[in-house]
Amino acid sequence: MKKINLCESCSKEKGVADPTGFALADLLLGLGENQQVEQVAQTEHCPVCGFTQADFKKTGRLGCSSCYNTFSDALGSLIKAMHKGTQHTGKIPARLFRDLARTDRLNELRKHLEDAVSKEDYETAANLRDEIRQLEGGTAQSI
Amino acid sequence: MKIDPILTRAGDWLSGGSRHPIVISSRVRLARNLAKLPFPGWAKKSERVRILEEIKPEVDLLPAIKDGFSEQLNELTATEKQVLVERHLISREHAAKGMGSAVVINPPQTVSIMINEEDHLRMQAITCGLDLEKTFQMIDEIDTALEAQLDFAFDEELGYLTACPTNVGTGMRASAMVHLPGLVLGEQINQVVNSVNKIGLAVRGLYGEGTEAMGNLFQVSNQTTLGEKEDQIIGRLQKVIETLIQRETQARENLLATKRTTLMDQIGRAYGILTHAYSISSKEALNLISILRLGIDLGFFPEEGRAIINQLLMDTQPAHLQNLSQQKLAAEERDHLRADIVRERLKNFPRPPNTKSPGQ
Repeated sequence: MKKINLCESCSKEKGVADPTGFALADLLLGLGENQQVEQVAQTEHCPVCGFTQADFKKTGRLGCSSCYNTFSDALGSLIKAMHKGTQHTGKIPARLFRDLARTDRLNELRKHLEDAVSKEDYETAANLRDEIRQLEGGTAQSI
Repeated sequence: MKIDPILTRAGDWLSGGSRHPIVISSRVRLARNLAKLPFPGWAKKSERVRILEEIKPEVDLLPAIKDGFSEQLNELTATEKQVLVERHLISREHAAKGMGSAVVINPPQTVSIMINEEDHLRMQAITCGLDLEKTFQMIDEIDTALEAQLDFAFDEELGYLTACPTNVGTGMRASAMVHLPGLVLGEQINQVVNSVNKIGLAVRGLYGEGTEAMGNLFQVSNQTTLGEKEDQIIGRLQKVIETLIQRETQARENLLATKRTTLMDQIGRAYGILTHAYSISSKEALNLISILRLGIDLGFFPEEGRAIINQLLMDTQPAHLQNLSQQKLAAEERDHLRADIVRERLKNFPRPPNTKSPGQ
């Protein structure tokens, strides 16, 4: 254990100014550590809307869609307990669906390209490369 | 479109379409939110107004909503909002909203869209009888049209992101309103409700969460929204409702076979009170109207009576009465007016049969 003595301004700088963090009663009752961790988690706020986990405990509702990301650790087990599964399998917004389909197709084509190259089938590889470029948004160049 | 046509005419889900003796209506609602903006419950008033201004014009432009009713909630009176609650066109929570929230309803009252309820968008379709698939399609088309114009909060893992984690994923709640007097009279209802709950579906009262089951009417809906496709959820619900229909039909047959006199007595008393009371509460009226409806289902009253009964189910509700009288009524005055209306509407309703066999 390393003991250091801090003056008032240094202690503030190092973030140990909160006297409740060192409350004697907490130490004696052995509640100190866990409670501090929880307090930290509860004051963590969503960068988009400023919502905190304490607000969630109070209302049972979240602040904005980004809160799912901010509080993902705490929400994960809750969501797992209340639903049939943890992965959405239903409707996807059409815009996103097209993006996902495109990504899948690109991955597939890249794999075929690798295969073609390893088999030294350069004609197929060239065609695949053109198709990939087209999908990526660039125009296929003719050789 | 003004609110008057909505207030004076029952929706197609109650007055028209395919009729089912047990399933009154099918309903599917979807919850959607705009990405990166605070949910209505956390948003400041100015933010809610801005969100409303972004969403409402797009909703108003939907072909499915053409010539519909579209209004901000601060423009509606408490009674008007309550009528919409009794019609199941807005939620009780939404009725408590004002500035920054709105409701849009199509002319046949089969689609209603709440803006800034618990989520930025709560869209529902409601149809007569049992047809969950068609009802889902109706609202799915509206969702697809809106998502082309609005950027909905969506996560590849969690699906549509909603204010309450209980709705993430599909954001879909599908439900059917079922009339189960046979199971209630046969004292099997608790057992049935428990077993439905056990398989992950919710059974609630007439107006949803936390409301009492009145008039032997129950709402059965899915509890979970993540981990299954929309059609899987609907398929699961459909199966359970089919089982409920079977159980209710059996219970009615049992009552006819083993407790015919008790059943006839209930129907006769319901008729007697409804046609002769001078003061009646909405709860008593609803419970007795439910028994008359059962009487029609069982052939003790002619089928033509069903339209009158369905209309009475709505018109005896407190806000509907208030709206009809056009003046502020105390509870006691409402009970008097309710009894007057019921007597008047049932004036030419045939008496229950004198013998105990149906259709005579």
